[in-house]
Amino acid sequence: MDNYITCGNGEAIDTENIPVVSEDIFRSFLESEIKNSRNHLSALFASGDWGSKKIFGVISDSSESVLKVSSFVPGEKYQTFTDISPRTHLFEREIFETHRILPSGHRWLKPVRFPDGGIGEMFFFSDKGDEIHEVGVGPVHAGVIEPGHFRFQCYGEIVRHLEISLGYQHRGIEKKLKDVSPDKRIHLIETASGDATAAHSIAYCRVVEGLSSCVVPSYSSAVRAAALELERIACHIGDIGALSGDVGFLPTSSLCGKLRGDVLNLTALICGNRFSRNLVLPGGVGFDINGEIRDRILESLERIRISAEDTIALLFNTPSVLSRFEGTGFVSMETAFDFGLTGPSARGSGIKRDVRCDFSDGIYRDRKVPVSVCSSGDVLGRALVRRLETEKSFRFVKELLESLPEKVSSSDIITSSPPLSKGRVSFSLTEGWRGEVVHIGMTDSEGNLADYKITDPSFSNWPALSYAMRGEGISDFPLCNKSFNLSYCGFDL
Amino acid sequence: MILSVLRSRLKYKKLTIKYPAGSPPELSERFTGRALLSGGSCRGCDGKCISACPAGAISRKGDEIILDTGRCIFCRKCENICPEERIKFTGDFRTASSVREDLLLESPSEKSFEIKKSRISSLIIKSFSIRVVSAGGCGACEADTNVLSTIGWDLSRFGIHFTASPRHADALLLIGPVTDNMKSAVLDTYNAIPDPKCVIAVGSCAVSGGIYRDGEKNLNGAGDILPVDLYIPGCPPHPLTILDALLRFTGRMK
Repeated sequence: MDNYITCGNGEAIDTENIPVVSEDIFRSFLESEIKNSRNHLSALFASGDWGSKKIFGVISDSSESVLKVSSFVPGEKYQTFTDISPRTHLFEREIFETHRILPSGHRWLKPVRFPDGGIGEMFFFSDKGDEIHEVGVGPVHAGVIEPGHFRFQCYGEIVRHLEISLGYQHRGIEKKLKDVSPDKRIHLIETASGDATAAHSIAYCRVVEGLSSCVVPSYSSAVRAAALELERIACHIGDIGALSGDVGFLPTSSLCGKLRGDVLNLTALICGNRFSRNLVLPGGVGFDINGEIRDRILESLERIRISAEDTIALLFNTPSVLSRFEGTGFVSMETAFDFGLTGPSARGSGIKRDVRCDFSDGIYRDRKVPVSVCSSGDVLGRALVRRLETEKSFRFVKELLESLPEKVSSSDIITSSPPLSKGRVSFSLTEGWRGEVVHIGMTDSEGNLADYKITDPSFSNWPALSYAMRGEGISDFPLCNKSFNLSYCGFDL
Repeated sequence: MILSVLRSRLKYKKLTIKYPAGSPPELSERFTGRALLSGGSCRGCDGKCISACPAGAISRKGDEIILDTGRCIFCRKCENICPEERIKFTGDFRTASSVREDLLLESPSEKSFEIKKSRISSLIIKSFSIRVVSAGGCGACEADTNVLSTIGWDLSRFGIHFTASPRHADALLLIGPVTDNMKSAVLDTYNAIPDPKCVIAVGSCAVSGGIYRDGEKNLNGAGDILPVDLYIPGCPPHPLTILDALLRFTGRMK
């Protein structure tokens, strides 16, 4: 028997077909797979009843475009995998917090989301030395943003270490999903990370569609892709504007703030909501893009594109901006790989990985989006990747809408959720604007949802911000933070 | 260098919306605004809208229904499922009210929501500073609140600002259902704001708990722990809804 089973993106398999191997074999499975630079640990999670809980590992292999899944029964504890890959460290903390399965030898077994209280009374890593001082920030921050606590260990103005402690936004989505009726789940998913609604709802719908063997019409798939790319354009433009604001270059920051809103309004043309709410539903979409809406989007998009590319070019042509971006918040390719970064944060460190390309699904199978990479690993690299991706997404949406069929068959507009098949598990990867959104759904022998696991790209990328801050001046924190622009609620769930 | 900045700037006129002096910006035809309940009867229907509503916003009262637009996430499922076409969502962006009970629509009703001037409105004639706290918000309400500071909306032309320190604030603007993990931080922030002060709940979660209502890890909105002066429902509310509500609340517009 093989040590693992392979399946495609959005494909469902019988849960009992996933090999259950010994802890040692699982360890060597992880070790050999993670070493491969084309592989990525997409999820490590526990599931099952007390006493027979299993830990599942999901490796996404971009050279073969397959997911490799294996599992083992840990009992009450297992030997930590952090020595194989630091990527596993947060996953193991999460498993310990929710399932009480102890990763022996884990060096920092701190709660991740504090579901049982105790937030604010936690321990922090503290640096030693007479001249070391500590700076604590949050959970309430200065701006209009979500809550989280940051603890800096500083020597003078230099940050030696930053510990990020989240959990303030924890709403218990994964558990709540199992408690509500199937038709209501999509609305919880839409708010998993509200600025990435399209990405999360597509990921969720792919899981449900896998579990119910439902085929998505290509028209629906095209509408979804339009929403996903509009979301990416809006957020990337917003991020570039925010980076510009953080280095005090106001011309680009002002205009990007406006243009971001203009793009959100295009999403609202489709579904009436600026954040793709009610648009993506299991089996299809909730709204069509008729000829009139298509023409209006195309017309506005061209105007926005010209303005955006102009003002972003202005930013990148300004030497004082570049000198602030260059070399700030450096994350090497090795570090990015070890921590399992995804999205523009990974591609800004030279990792050529994009779910749209490597695990293409739906309309992306026919319309390839070239991967944008920059190897500099600093704020400039992450900004540049966003710039390139924005340009490509503008082109993608334009070409997609120009060839969009006008007619929509009745099966495209969905009103209720399809039934799920029994004893199966489905995995889906979607490239949201922050990176890889992983959703995993399992059904029990009755066809009810038994377990649901979400891995937002922020879960993968928050540790990188800590790393990027090492050796930087504390005043560069806002700039570094914005260059990742991670979600608190997507992490906290 | 400065010439290219100027050249780029000269391509644009003033980009700020004319509202409230001029007409509001055009909204999507599919925009979901305030709900209306028309006449007719719910007799003979087993309450399709009640079971379809993901937020549990509709309840039965005898032969009638009550739609709580403070819990509504504006998904329009009830409108699409009602055999009598009694529930209609309009394009009216004014969904806010200073009275929680006003958000409950009992049929048939076409009541307009009232926003009373803030009780501290005589003190906030020139400037009104808001401390925003997210307590379980998904990022969408934060984004559409934040967007008011951009040049497209330019909230500061009304003397309204988002402030970093609660000590400088006149109001606490709360987003999200208030998670257990944020409860004490919300109270600390509120207590750090000097009197007199007011509380604004933005988004269905903050108004009532929204789709997180009765969740194990959160409260049912700002009203559970603080006295709320202004409710702005929506998922998320449109920036225009928030702007309009703030202007009327501060007495800058009738």
